[in-house]
Amino acid sequence: MRGLRRDRCPLPGPVTGLTVPLSDLEMIGSNRSGRLTGESVTDPSWDQQNTDGPAIARALRLVPGGAFAVVRIVVCVKQVPDSWAEKKLNPADNTLDRDAADAVVNELDEFAVEEALQIQERLGGPDDCQVTVLTVGPEKAIESVRKGLQMGAGDGVHVVDDAIHGSDALATSAILAAAIERLAPDLVLMGSESTDARMSVVPAMVAERTGRPQLTFAGKVDIADGTVTVQRVTDYGYDVVEAPLPALVSVVEKINEPRYPSFKGIMAAKKKPVETLTLADLGVEPAVVGLSGSWSAVQEFAARPPRAAGTVVTDEGDGGTKAADFLSAQKFI
Amino acid sequence: MPVHPLDLIAADSLLDEEELAIRDTVRQFGVDRLQPHIAEWFEAGTLPARDLARELGGLGVLGMHLEGYGCSGTSAVAYGLACMELEAVDSGIRSLVSVQGSLAMFAIWRWGSEEQKQQWLPAMAAGEAIGCFGLTEPDFGSNPSGMRTRAKRDGSDWVLTGTKMWITNGAVADVAVVWAQTDDGIRGFVVPTDSPGFSAPVIKSKLSLRASITSELVLDNVRLPDSAVLPEVSGLKGPLSCLTEARFGIVFGVVGAARDCLETAIDYSVNREQFDRPIAGFQLTQKKLADMTVELDKAFLLALHLGRLKDAGVITSEMVSVGKLNNVREAIAIARESRTILGGNGITLEYPVLRHANNLESVLTYEGTEEIHTLVIGQAVTGLAAYR
Ligand SMILES: Cc1cc2nc3c(=O)[nH]c(=O)nc-3n(C[C@H](O)[C@H](O)[C@H](O)COP(=O)(O)OP(=O)(O)OC[C@H]3O[C@@H](n4cnc5c(N)ncnc54)[C@H](O)[C@@H]3O)c2cc1C
Repeated sequence: MRGLRRDRCPLPGPVTGLTVPLSDLEMIGSNRSGRLTGESVTDPSWDQQNTDGPAIARALRLVPGGAFAVVRIVVCVKQVPDSWAEKKLNPADNTLDRDAADAVVNELDEFAVEEALQIQERLGGPDDCQVTVLTVGPEKAIESVRKGLQMGAGDGVHVVDDAIHGSDALATSAILAAAIERLAPDLVLMGSESTDARMSVVPAMVAERTGRPQLTFAGKVDIADGTVTVQRVTDYGYDVVEAPLPALVSVVEKINEPRYPSFKGIMAAKKKPVETLTLADLGVEPAVVGLSGSWSAVQEFAARPPRAAGTVVTDEGDGGTKAADFLSAQKFI
Repeated sequence: MPVHPLDLIAADSLLDEEELAIRDTVRQFGVDRLQPHIAEWFEAGTLPARDLARELGGLGVLGMHLEGYGCSGTSAVAYGLACMELEAVDSGIRSLVSVQGSLAMFAIWRWGSEEQKQQWLPAMAAGEAIGCFGLTEPDFGSNPSGMRTRAKRDGSDWVLTGTKMWITNGAVADVAVVWAQTDDGIRGFVVPTDSPGFSAPVIKSKLSLRASITSELVLDNVRLPDSAVLPEVSGLKGPLSCLTEARFGIVFGVVGAARDCLETAIDYSVNREQFDRPIAGFQLTQKKLADMTVELDKAFLLALHLGRLKDAGVITSEMVSVGKLNNVREAIAIARESRTILGGNGITLEYPVLRHANNLESVLTYEGTEEIHTLVIGQAVTGLAAYR
């Protein structure tokens, strides 16, 4: 397993040992990843039914004294430029120009919110399972927290601080991790990637930093007996992976169909509490985040070159061979 | 960078966060669930009303501006914005919602007994039950006071006989609010559509509002208990109060249809080249686009102004007439003008413009014709009634 050496990676706040490989994410933190239960299914039409009924009572953890504890879920959401809009970088500091396009909630994060709400419904409702939406981002990013609240989450946390601007995945994960340590939920749910950066590394990084087992690319999630079980979507089907709570799960879009916020939800959201936190509140050193604290930086960028004209192969009986030659020259076959 | 016609007047800056969220939710629903199918429904001359009612009920659209009984309780402006987004897809879908929320549900909510409200409103808000509203008759349209449908007493029961015409949602309804003559003037009745003697044959071969179900209602000695009458109103005031509600939704709705036409025309004209340049670059085309933009913006501002007056509780039915007359008239003009910009393509179902123009023919006629609203305004400013 390759990874950043620990001594090169400043760790803000109370986080555990960090090993963040920049590739080979399958292997990341394997000691703390969910346990493969041995079931590996190749049928792509796998069952999406969620368990319910008996699982409900068992999911509530028995705490000393015999009372049932409330299951607490934090869903991380990110505000991104509209996925359909053309994105622009700001030439002043090579960061994303967030004013250039309409801002929306990262699509996959809506699936994570939906999953949290479905888990909440299965566990009996808001008295048995609390759903909190967490975002790190500029002032305007509170809109993405609101969207989660409109869908039905109970409360929100918005980490906002000028020093955060320009943070890369590693720096962002440090802030998220600190907020999660503070909220100490049983389950963290995230989308498996964001449509702007598309790195798919933040869930793994946050799991590492918070010492939680990570169960990534989940197509189905169940909680029972203090254990979370997911169907981890693979190229060939899915693996069943389980881990004890507290844990972190990232979801893929086949997991559910996010609801539209209902009008009652939209109106109720205005009255739901949103806590605003700064880096100081979280004990995160400004030096380890933002443009200066980031480990990766955009050195330069250029507009995509215009599309070159395609190659036209005239079929003189040997069209198949020519097409195959073309593909093999491009290393496609 | 070209600016959207409504951004030219910063239209969104007049809406608050909640109004925008409701608007965006309905818009997204339209894009995801309605747009992909609407041309098909229009062509087939139908619409999956039951499924749509459930989905719209889930969002909270049905009877959204009413309080209690499972209704969302939004502002009138929010209701208008929802109508605008639905009608940007098709007037037929907005009609389903208008008739459900503003005619059938409003009649029960405003004039019904507690028992009637409990029985029908929560199911109608959820889209589990569909309602229709029977006022117009084959021989009485603009002049409903002459209606022939009669409700006679028989012991403590009522017996209804007559025919209603052009009834939106009729054939798919679970409940019909039917207006009939009685010995004490016009009264409203809550009629379950499975009552013996009730039938709702569909009106076929429409060239307008095809993605909407329009029926006759035939009432052949329909026997109803005393509790079926709407207890709180008698006279034409009952149905007219409902029509004012529904017209209010139209004032916003048609702005949506016009917007969709103008967006289509702009997009088409920028991309369509003739004489080696985009047709949008010709001054004649720009005059059309500019005039349509100005009228669209004015129509939006008028609708929003009336919405604010309604939320303040000071709107009158004459004010709603001003909105209906202007906005439907301008919307249909925009739809027709947009059609010219699309040339031959404009007459197909591939593009929404002629579909909208055809739909707006119905909208021009129902809920008070253009002529009747003209006469209402004429009477308001002169004190002289010209139509009765
Ligand atoms: C698609 C569709 C759906 C409908 N849905 C419903 C529904 O759900 N429930 C319902 O009750 N009704 C419904 N209607 C009926 C609608 O409200 C009537 O069509 C409308 O009121 C006009 O009545 P009419 O068609 O009988 O026309 P008429 O009243 O006969 O009018 C014909 C023409 O004469 C004009 N005219 C009439 N009187 C005067 C006057 N005094 N001065 C000048 N001009 C005049 C009219 O403006 C019109 O141009 C629907 C209609 C349509 C087309």
